[in-house]
Amino acid sequence: MGASQTRPEHRHQDLADRTGFSLEQIKNLHKRFQQLSGDEDTISKENLESIPTLANNPIRKQIIGAFFDKSAFAECLLAAGGAPHFPYRHQRGFILFGLRNQHRGEAGSCDQIGFEQFLMVMSHFRPPTLKMTAEEKEAMRREKLRFLFNMHDTDNDGTITLVEYRKVVEELLSKSGSIGQEAAEAIADAAMLEVASTNVPTMGPDDFYEGITFEHFEQILKGLEMESRMHIRFLDVDTTTMRCGKSTS
Amino acid sequence: MDLCTMDLRITRQRGFLLFIFTCSSLLHGSRGEIPSKPTGGVTILPPIKPDNGPQAFPDAEKENMPVFTMNYSRIQIPFEITLWVLLASFAKIGFHVYKKITVWVPESCLLITIGLIVGGIMHSVHEEPPAVLRSNVFFLYMLPPIVLDSAYFMPTRPFFENIGTVLWFAVVGTLWNSIGIGMSLYAICQIEAFGVQDINLQENLLFATIISAVDPVAVLSVFEDVSVNEQLYIVVFGECLFNDAVTVVLYNMFNFVAEMPVVEPVDVFLGVARFFVVGFGGMGFGILFGFTAAFTTRFTSRVREIEPLFIFMYSYLAYLVAELFSISSIMAIVTCALTMKYYVEENVSQRSCTTIRHVVKMLGSIAETLIFFFLGVVTITTDHEWNWGYILFTLLFAFVWRGLGVLVLTQIINPFRTIPFNFKDQFGLAYGGLRGAISFALVFTLPDSIGRKQLFVTATIAVILFTVFLQGISIRPLIEFINVRRTNRNLDTINVEIHCRIMDHTIAGIEDLCGQWSHFYWKDKFMKFNNQILRKILIRDNRAESSIVALYKKLELQNAMEILDDVSGDISAAPSVVSPYEAKPKRKFLAPDLKNMHDILSKNMYKIRQRTVAYTTKHALPNESQSKEILIRRHASIRRSLRPGSFQSSVVPKSHKYFSLPAGKSLDSKFPPGMTSYADDEETMSEAAYPSRRSRLVQPARSSSSRAMMPLRRLDTLTEVHSVDVVDEKVGDRRRAARGTSRTNSSSSRDPRIPAPQRHHSSADNGRGSADNFRNGHHEEEEEEPQPLSPAPSWTAEPREDAAQNPLLRRPQWKPKK
Repeated sequence: MGASQTRPEHRHQDLADRTGFSLEQIKNLHKRFQQLSGDEDTISKENLESIPTLANNPIRKQIIGAFFDKSAFAECLLAAGGAPHFPYRHQRGFILFGLRNQHRGEAGSCDQIGFEQFLMVMSHFRPPTLKMTAEEKEAMRREKLRFLFNMHDTDNDGTITLVEYRKVVEELLSKSGSIGQEAAEAIADAAMLEVASTNVPTMGPDDFYEGITFEHFEQILKGLEMESRMHIRFLDVDTTTMRCGKSTS
Repeated sequence: MDLCTMDLRITRQRGFLLFIFTCSSLLHGSRGEIPSKPTGGVTILPPIKPDNGPQAFPDAEKENMPVFTMNYSRIQIPFEITLWVLLASFAKIGFHVYKKITVWVPESCLLITIGLIVGGIMHSVHEEPPAVLRSNVFFLYMLPPIVLDSAYFMPTRPFFENIGTVLWFAVVGTLWNSIGIGMSLYAICQIEAFGVQDINLQENLLFATIISAVDPVAVLSVFEDVSVNEQLYIVVFGECLFNDAVTVVLYNMFNFVAEMPVVEPVDVFLGVARFFVVGFGGMGFGILFGFTAAFTTRFTSRVREIEPLFIFMYSYLAYLVAELFSISSIMAIVTCALTMKYYVEENVSQRSCTTIRHVVKMLGSIAETLIFFFLGVVTITTDHEWNWGYILFTLLFAFVWRGLGVLVLTQIINPFRTIPFNFKDQFGLAYGGLRGAISFALVFTLPDSIGRKQLFVTATIAVILFTVFLQGISIRPLIEFINVRRTNRNLDTINVEIHCRIMDHTIAGIEDLCGQWSHFYWKDKFMKFNNQILRKILIRDNRAESSIVALYKKLELQNAMEILDDVSGDISAAPSVVSPYEAKPKRKFLAPDLKNMHDILSKNMYKIRQRTVAYTTKHALPNESQSKEILIRRHASIRRSLRPGSFQSSVVPKSHKYFSLPAGKSLDSKFPPGMTSYADDEETMSEAAYPSRRSRLVQPARSSSSRAMMPLRRLDTLTEVHSVDVVDEKVGDRRRAARGTSRTNSSSSRDPRIPAPQRHHSSADNGRGSADNFRNGHHEEEEEEPQPLSPAPSWTAEPREDAAQNPLLRRPQWKPKK
């Protein structure tokens, strides 16, 4: 993953092509990466967990987990590699989906990730640009949705089960005061029921809803403008140096 | 609202009164659309005439006790104000009878049209309009409600997400327009052919400031209807709000400058400095008063009946104090509203919250209605000075500079925006620059010392009419034609809420990872500060309520309400009936505030139990616990009849099916949707199994607090008992300890229960039931003591306070008993 450090410019250019970041952004992120990893080639979970500003994030575990998710990485590679071929993205998504399911056994998390994967995960948060076509936007949207979905789907079986969903909601609410666990569960249940009813309206009395698949996930968030909500402004200007002292220990 | 100090002479009153009555009855009778039923008005007249007769001699010297007296002059001012407001409101009713008209023609156009008609009639009978638009009246009484309305209903989140752009357009855009238009008009004034050489630069700038105040109410409602994207909407919204502030500041400045004989360079610098002092000073006062208001509402829980008042008084106080120091009062009231809204709405009861929203909306819309209405009237009745050249060029420049301004300013701001504005958005932004109430009021309050005031008034009215009619009517087809990017704003599902939150947290987290401090970083930081410090100080019941929980409760309420609405019909058919039915009322209330269903809910409940509502004391609001009972009772019966009881019934026509879990299926691995917390099941079971014991335990505790009938009381108790499981701030640690025991208690029974197929039928239930019952009894004992301390819990009124007790949150405990 974090293989050749020999020709950074060339490598960065390559990464830029694949992730859609600009060279400056990559440089910035690379600096940050080294800062976090302590000038190593790879970064470990502990590195990320020690970021002080992240400590208060209720879903810190999921966020960090997303970086160390093997299958997500594979998908990122494919997805990002396919950047010029957006129309094929859907198919890729399905293939990946299959892959992911096949690899169920071993596709856990890895301990170390390189800069490349770091960047790939980050690339999910690129904002849409003015030049994007509707198709590209749709693809971007899918990609972002997939990212979110994978964050929930901790056991990588392609569905978000109720247990997983509950856990997420619980963690989400954990920082907002003394909401009881029951309340969190009730909310997760209600949400689950909502998904079930929107997606499988004709369910027999003996059926049960196994969990949210990605298609259903897409369905429930159909109205949401993912591409314009889930994004970060990656800075072009190098300002990381100014903050080194503060943000890292 | 006392809007105007009308200076009608006594001699004219009669005719005028007659006229008003005729008009209002006309409008009322014919709904404003077909003004061809004079009979309706005439029938009203006779009783009035004799009444008016004596008032010309009000204080005739008389020794005898007068049998009948009239003193019109005493009531004249408020009386006429009331009539004018009524007239304007009737007009408003009129338009909404025919929905189609307001869809295609903005309301402001219609109001102006009505005003024009009324003005025409007044003119023909040589009646003078009331002098509503005196400077003081406008600034002290008309403007605050309008601004408070916009500020209070500002969608906070998108606003802060786009605050840079909003301020950029509001401040720089207004400056750009004012200076651009002013300079170009000054250039035009140099052309002799137009005959306006006497207008100097200061006056031109003053005039330009006046007509650069945009007021896109009409546009906003169009934007809302076609649901254009959030970014565009909020920029237009915010621009109009802050633009008012900037305009008024500039107006005062130029007004001052226009009266100076010579303007020195120092004055320019002083002016710039003053601009900032005025702006930031207003903001400071706003924040100060906002926090004070929030802090005050912390203590109003015992005086619910005057609770809403604080909001208005503090906002108005902020406004007046800012006026006192002649800093931007609009800024003050806007920041005050923005600051306090969040905290106040958590502190006050649900009902007060609804009241506040309604009153804010009402005052705002009536002030605006009146201004537009008077615009029409005044257009006819004032003397105009028409100057083709000046007015046409004003129109042209207003249009061109606005367009140019948006184009240039977007080019500058776009690199700083994550989602840049495309050309369609820019078009919407530029074309949405209607002029309206503020411009009109400002130009009318110009001092008479300005030589060409008449011309300015005429030109402003021309610009307003032109933009409101032409642009206002054409913007909807245009926006739909160019197909501006849209945002779906009606996303009220729990999933969406949850995922939005997750996204927020994720983005904040990723930003932390990147080491970039941008928007979400600051938002996160502020939320932390807010939760740790501000909320503790300002909010009585300091329990950070997640928006997810809030939405969940809202949906539950909404659902309960729909069922309530449907109660007359076949209850078992309710879910399927409701779903098509539900979409409609939503469309009706477009204003975001009206979307909240709580008020409807409480109203509905009152209807059911109206006879039993007891007004205990003069100052007490109608008792709220009753509605609670009703709802609980409703809920119980609905559960019974709906049987599976989906709380999402509107969305989920068939959800009840999921409630039965096939026997032998494990809950753990495959989860049937709609399960709620385990404890609930136990509760139900225990109750089913040991009803007698339960009630025996319960009743003594309740007898003091509840006046309800027996069955109700039992249900009532159930809720409260249950609340122990969730959260109760007041009881604090002791309670928590109790909870701990209950938790261990229940968890022991929980694990074996998880794979259990389904409630009631299982044979294991009985055994568990007893354990639960013990637990319940335990809770009740815990519960009894703190109960009298806290006011009777009533979740309709104080949803926050007893969020935990919300019976709807604990839904399945209302399971039908076997």
